[in-house]
Amino acid sequence: MNVFNPSSINFAWLPILPLVAVAGGAIAVLLVGVRLQDEESEGLGFLALVSLLAAFILTLFTLGQNTLAFGGALATDDYSAFFELIIIAVAALTVGMSLQYVADAALAGAEFYGLVLFAAFGMMLMAAAGDLIIIFLGLETMSIAVYALAGFERRDPRSNEAAIKYFLLGAFSTGFLLYGIALVYGATGTIRLEPIRAALTSGLAANPLLLLGLGMMLIGFGFKVAAVPFHMWTPDAYEGAPTPVTAFMAVGVKLAAFAGFLRIFLVHLGPVSARWTMVLWVLAVLTMTIGNVNALVQTSIKRMLAYSAIAHAGYVMVGMAAAPAPSAGGAILYYLLGYAFASLGAFALVIALERARETHGLIADYRGLARTNPGLAAAMALFMLSLAGVPPLAGFVGKFYVFSAALSSGLVWLVIIAVLNSVISAYYYIGVIVAMYMQEGRIEVEQMSARPALLISIAVAVAGTVIIGIFPQPPMNASVNAFASAVGRPAIHATALLP
Amino acid sequence: MGGIWLTALTFVPLLGAFAVLMQTEDRAIWRSAFVFSLIPLLISLYLFAAFDPHDGGYQFVEAYGWIPQFGISYHLGMDGISLFLVILTAILISLSILYSGGGDIEMRPREFCFFILLLETGLLGALLAVDLFLFYVFWEVMLVPMYFLIGIWGHGRKIYATFKFVLFTMLGSLLMLVAILYLVGAARAHLGYLTFDLPQLYHVPLTRTEARWLFAGFAIAFAIKVPMWPVHTWLPDAHTEAPTAGSVILAGVMLKMGTYGFLRFAIPLFPEAAIEATPLFMALAVIGIIYGALVAMVQPDLKRLVAYSSVSHLGFVMLGIFALDPQGVEGAIYQMLNHGLSTGGLFLLVGMIYLRRHTREISEFGGLWKSVPVYAAIFMVVMLSSIGLPGLNGFVGEFLILLGTFLGTAWWWFAAIAVAGIILGALYMLYAYERVMWGPITKAVNEGLPDLNRREVAVMVPLIVLMVLMGLYPRPLLSRMEPSVTVLLSRVHAAEAQDNRSPQKTGLQLAAHSRSQR
Repeated sequence: MNVFNPSSINFAWLPILPLVAVAGGAIAVLLVGVRLQDEESEGLGFLALVSLLAAFILTLFTLGQNTLAFGGALATDDYSAFFELIIIAVAALTVGMSLQYVADAALAGAEFYGLVLFAAFGMMLMAAAGDLIIIFLGLETMSIAVYALAGFERRDPRSNEAAIKYFLLGAFSTGFLLYGIALVYGATGTIRLEPIRAALTSGLAANPLLLLGLGMMLIGFGFKVAAVPFHMWTPDAYEGAPTPVTAFMAVGVKLAAFAGFLRIFLVHLGPVSARWTMVLWVLAVLTMTIGNVNALVQTSIKRMLAYSAIAHAGYVMVGMAAAPAPSAGGAILYYLLGYAFASLGAFALVIALERARETHGLIADYRGLARTNPGLAAAMALFMLSLAGVPPLAGFVGKFYVFSAALSSGLVWLVIIAVLNSVISAYYYIGVIVAMYMQEGRIEVEQMSARPALLISIAVAVAGTVIIGIFPQPPMNASVNAFASAVGRPAIHATALLP
Repeated sequence: MGGIWLTALTFVPLLGAFAVLMQTEDRAIWRSAFVFSLIPLLISLYLFAAFDPHDGGYQFVEAYGWIPQFGISYHLGMDGISLFLVILTAILISLSILYSGGGDIEMRPREFCFFILLLETGLLGALLAVDLFLFYVFWEVMLVPMYFLIGIWGHGRKIYATFKFVLFTMLGSLLMLVAILYLVGAARAHLGYLTFDLPQLYHVPLTRTEARWLFAGFAIAFAIKVPMWPVHTWLPDAHTEAPTAGSVILAGVMLKMGTYGFLRFAIPLFPEAAIEATPLFMALAVIGIIYGALVAMVQPDLKRLVAYSSVSHLGFVMLGIFALDPQGVEGAIYQMLNHGLSTGGLFLLVGMIYLRRHTREISEFGGLWKSVPVYAAIFMVVMLSSIGLPGLNGFVGEFLILLGTFLGTAWWWFAAIAVAGIILGALYMLYAYERVMWGPITKAVNEGLPDLNRREVAVMVPLIVLMVLMGLYPRPLLSRMEPSVTVLLSRVHAAEAQDNRSPQKTGLQLAAHSRSQR
């Protein structure tokens, strides 16, 4: 009889130290916050930043480990480290963007920063999950924290609406995911990802229970990454949530959801990819097209960015549909990195301009920004061009990698559809540039020097967008290594990226 | 290795763009922008002198790894096809800056110079890149500043024009990106490694269907840029609304990127498909020639007239390219330069009169010869060059193109129709000139117009000198083009020979054969 044997559990502490640092930071922020007035929340923000910095450094130590901890429940590999580093950076930039925002809106700092850290903890857990239950735990920890964050402006009805919508639909989708996990467990007899892959290769592939479970999990993740047709909550939630939270949702949540999604589907369900790539093909087309077409007609900047975020999930799914290509994983990881910088930067700009006089969060409000604040306008133009995929910025290189991976799996038509979508997207991204540079307006922005944290966030995003675009080789190597470590095979040479 | 001439040529304008951003005073901005645009001009003139006219390959080559794992390299080179386009670019950019500083652009001169110089980097880079990825990057980079130039400093429906321009060109270039990726994938299957290097991609075996599709991917991108009928509709809008300098560069250089793309990429990469598509492209070119001329004839707006004349002139270039024989292709390259000089000149002249009268309606003018004689005289020379009067540059190009089409192809009657385009061209130009310059002065405002000032004359004189020189003595140019054109055509005809299952006759022999017939 197989008795539970405690000594078989491998308590390797190092792999979870980054998680501990973030969770510990969250608790510390909450505890210290009890003693502080809301007006003094900035100190809590710095405390949160410190814990994130510690987590970042600790994660660097886990690079190259490639082990399973806690009996396979946690996978400490370069893949998890890759996502954890980005998630920590995203959380730190979110905190940086929020410092002034939270103070101005007189929000409860302790809870706000605490929730950001808890959400980041959940995200990191998803990235490092070695079994389905941990994925679920991570997803829930993240989601519940973000539901609360979305409704954080309690006196703003739109914020409430955002939270309710996000919560109801999110909880519903979690049900799908959990049901899917149960079915997969029923079919394979295990929740550990490695044994599932082994079971699949030994001929379970056609099991209807398993396929149903896969479908359910696909729906669950589809909600979290905001893929069409599971995207209905996105525009309202993104628009209503406080803008730093929107940035966090559009980048952090999406990245974490993709971290879990990719690990399950691309890595561990890879052996049966023939069963789900077709579904992803369709989902990718729908997501790109509906996201982009809806973004065309938006007048609110946050809604436009929300639909743009949907469309970008579609581009990532183009890469997933190319799963049989050995290069797809690395390409997607690179794409997500490039997306993270440009999208965060764009939201940071939205935050910077929210407090300008007489704005209503409309694209039209940005008229004349190039004249009143050329630096901010140039940064925003850069982010828009990167999202549209103009070389030599990161967004272009990401698309280039993903499309070449898709072509190497023979998905010529999917790539052509994706390319046409890029043309559509150019229209609305350029609409922002048109407003800033080519139309007269009188937006007045307060001195940015008064808000150094926000300025630094924007500068980081600009640097990231430009540098990894012009020198894509190092981040590309990192992406390829990260994905290879998750698959557990030696890093493929990036030259395998094309057919 | 040829030193760092080409890198310096490409990136000095970028350096200048940022140097201009540092300036605060208007005069200093214009002066530094002009100086930074003169440096690439001087470098390109040096390269003209140092160019080996007997070498048909790339010269002054620079090649370094950029993204080595993808086989992407920073590979620049210059041959007889790109040499003159580079010089033309440098000249027109300098003249545009010189002209714009004289009062045409008063709003935000710093950003204006920044975008013009950024544009120059994109244009020169695209002309010099020998790596497909690098080419694509520059190709897209040049789109962005042009879009700002039209959108910020344009007139009228500038936003509409900008969107149309961006969406048209982006659609084409992204489809080209798919074709590039597919081609590189096919090359990898053949070569065993990844490369975006153009010469290595020449010998990729493709099935006939693949080659057709890939050719289409490239050809659509370039045809939109040229622009060929029926994808020309963005051009009149973009031209009409653009500021003068924008129109000059758009017509003078950017449109040539399309025709250059055919010569450098679409045709040599997929010669069989190109030969197959010859009748189609010649037909479209001829339609463009006639259509552009007819539409130009009825334009009430002087600038729109010049814009439509571009459609017609570029039709000639395409006709020459698809003649696929030495005269036709050399004539096409020559005509690209002619069109750059004459249409660039016409746009400058239209800009000068617009600055004085704030209108471009032909009916608003009349009898200008009396009030602004210098302007009218210069206008006449430029117009005659555009028409193709013997003795000026336009004649040489058109003559070679028609000759090439008559001799080199089975479709000589295309040339016969194209001749009608020349007649129509003379007609609409002379008719417009008559209405603007001759007759009595009908509007009182036109009486007291100031004639060209020193700066404006200085802008026009280099163009006129070049028009005369190129019209009287084309040899130095043609001799430098010839080896590169021969290399290009030998590749095309080798493919043709292979296609006809007659491998004993190599392309070089064929090219030599057609040369001896000349």
